[in-house]
Amino acid sequence: MSERLLLDHGSGGKASQRLVAEMFMRHLDNEILGRLDDAAFLNVSGPIAMSTDSFTVDPIFFPGGDIGCLAVHGTVNDVSMLGAKPLYLTCGFILEEGLDLGDLERVVASMGRAAREAGVLVVAGDTKVVPRGAADKMFINTTGIGAVVVDPAPSGHRARPGDAILLSGTMGDHGLAILSTRQGLSFESPVVSDCASLCHIVGRVLDAVPDVHVLRDPTRGGLATTLNEIAGQSGVGCFIEESLIPVDPAVAGGCAVLGLDPLYLANEGKFICIVPEEDAEAALAAMRADPLGRGACRIGEVRADHPGKVVMITPLGGQRLLGMLEGEQLPRIC
Amino acid sequence: MSSFEAFKDPALCRRLLEQLREEAATPIRFMEVCGTHTVAIFQSGLRSLLPDTIVHLTGPGCPVCVTHESEVAAFLELAARDDVIVATFGDLMRVPGPKGRNLKTASAEGAAVEVVYSPFDALALAKDNPDRTVVFLGIGFETTAPTVAATIRLAREQGLGNFLVMSFHKLVPPALRALLADPEARIDAFLLPGHVSAVIGAAPYQFLADEYRIPSVITGFEPVDILQALLHIVRMRRDDAPAVVNEYTRVVPQNGNPKALAVMSEVFVPVDALWRGIGVLPQSGLALSEAYAAFDAFKVLRIDLKDHPPLPGCRCGEVLKGKIPPDRCPLFAKACTPANPVGPCMVSTEGGCAAYYKYRVDA
Repeated sequence: MSERLLLDHGSGGKASQRLVAEMFMRHLDNEILGRLDDAAFLNVSGPIAMSTDSFTVDPIFFPGGDIGCLAVHGTVNDVSMLGAKPLYLTCGFILEEGLDLGDLERVVASMGRAAREAGVLVVAGDTKVVPRGAADKMFINTTGIGAVVVDPAPSGHRARPGDAILLSGTMGDHGLAILSTRQGLSFESPVVSDCASLCHIVGRVLDAVPDVHVLRDPTRGGLATTLNEIAGQSGVGCFIEESLIPVDPAVAGGCAVLGLDPLYLANEGKFICIVPEEDAEAALAAMRADPLGRGACRIGEVRADHPGKVVMITPLGGQRLLGMLEGEQLPRIC
Repeated sequence: MSSFEAFKDPALCRRLLEQLREEAATPIRFMEVCGTHTVAIFQSGLRSLLPDTIVHLTGPGCPVCVTHESEVAAFLELAARDDVIVATFGDLMRVPGPKGRNLKTASAEGAAVEVVYSPFDALALAKDNPDRTVVFLGIGFETTAPTVAATIRLAREQGLGNFLVMSFHKLVPPALRALLADPEARIDAFLLPGHVSAVIGAAPYQFLADEYRIPSVITGFEPVDILQALLHIVRMRRDDAPAVVNEYTRVVPQNGNPKALAVMSEVFVPVDALWRGIGVLPQSGLALSEAYAAFDAFKVLRIDLKDHPPLPGCRCGEVLKGKIPPDRCPLFAKACTPANPVGPCMVSTEGGCAAYYKYRVDA
């Protein structure tokens, strides 16, 4: 039987030190973290974007990723959506007594890989161990900061009538991957989470089009909910065409079976990009030049009418509202 | 293009819409009486494309929506009993009864309420809990009733003593008759439900054409199905030749499903039933027959339907009859939203008010 996490590992004593040295430092080490002071010493200047997110996904390993890389991607992506280059992360772990230490190591190693790929340093961390049942395996919080590289920064408030609405790829992959794993469902072609750090592709887009009005990653609540948030913040109408929204056929099929709408499912490696019409082609070209944006496309436009609403133009040419997610959220998908 | 996709074909739909626009000279108010039609018409965007002369009314087509306050009160009374596990389809959980209470509040107060996806799951629940009585709430039209009937028959075959059904099943044709008998409801034509008709066939609707001269079409749920049905209705009206037409022949046999009808009539008998917003309609519901009385929760547990006033302010009753559109109700989108529904038409995802709230662009 593999080794299990004990309450001793969270005591602050020798067991804690061993856990930090042998596991966390091994995979996350860098010059700043390695000083092991009470706080990280950072030397930054200029406008900063900062974001925090807690990750409680069940199951902790899923097709295409795990809670560790997700915790890096999620915060890296939130920082990136402000037009910032992510620099530093902190991470806090709430671990359940009895957790398989092999599983923990896999998760931490995955975090280390994801951080290196995104070019961010984990500069501070904390570990708590709670009695069995007080948490489900592990919860991770990450907080990140990044240097804002454009002025004005993209914001949900900046969508303007006439802007083009672009999307970096297919919708619903992460949400369906999690749900189908949890329910033990398998489909003919596997559904894999899209979780990935978007900092590099966002960098390409900002190089090509500095005046990006809005960047937003449609995580919980999916494309529908995120577009509604933008429409509300900017006081505009978002008009999108149903036939232009890319959905992987396996995801579409799985959703049909389960009675789900992919536009309300979470994504963890996709983003909405709203730019002035004249910049749309340049932004699309920049997105498509990156492996994470091969399927980038234009899905609609921003209009002055129907402020605060998302209007879906159906394949028949009819119109209907695309509302916010109603009722209970799908539990713990990120 | 697969034959399935052909029923969504945008080019064909545009041609049908064009034809409709040309031919629908006089105004027509058509009512659909199936929740799946309600959602299909909104979700496909068809509603926004229909010519002004064609007015879409959503009727009493959602079994959850027509469940009466007194029926809700009866199953809440049932849920309060310690010896009972209530098994229900999920969409009944939030349907409000007297004083705004529902199965969710009952569950929070300690009632044993289990959401099941099929009546057979309720049967399994009864086997797993031999010391409790499992009561399945039988809600639905002719579409659902045969499955519930088959479950009850299976329970008898297996000699299961702790499985009961509280039947609130309702029948569609008597409701259509009641709507037409109401002088205030202005309905020119019916879009008849595909799933219900797959069970009962076309004959039970014949009175629509014979007695009321109302053109009616049984149709499917894809845009092409619906547009073809509307075109048919417009032409029957123009030619003053009302009939009951089955356009959904790929699913609906003219005589329905004899096996489903047989098990239904073996287990259930037609009775007078309460419809929310409409009241008592003669011979419009299904109760367990004498032969299956041992599985009838009303009889075994001695529960009666008691009078309860409708929810204050809620105009679901008039919405169900097509008398007012949902947004004419003073509660619509204010006190009553899908997240916080007052009336049943907002609770059910197939309810007219919920579809109006969710999809209608000019709101």
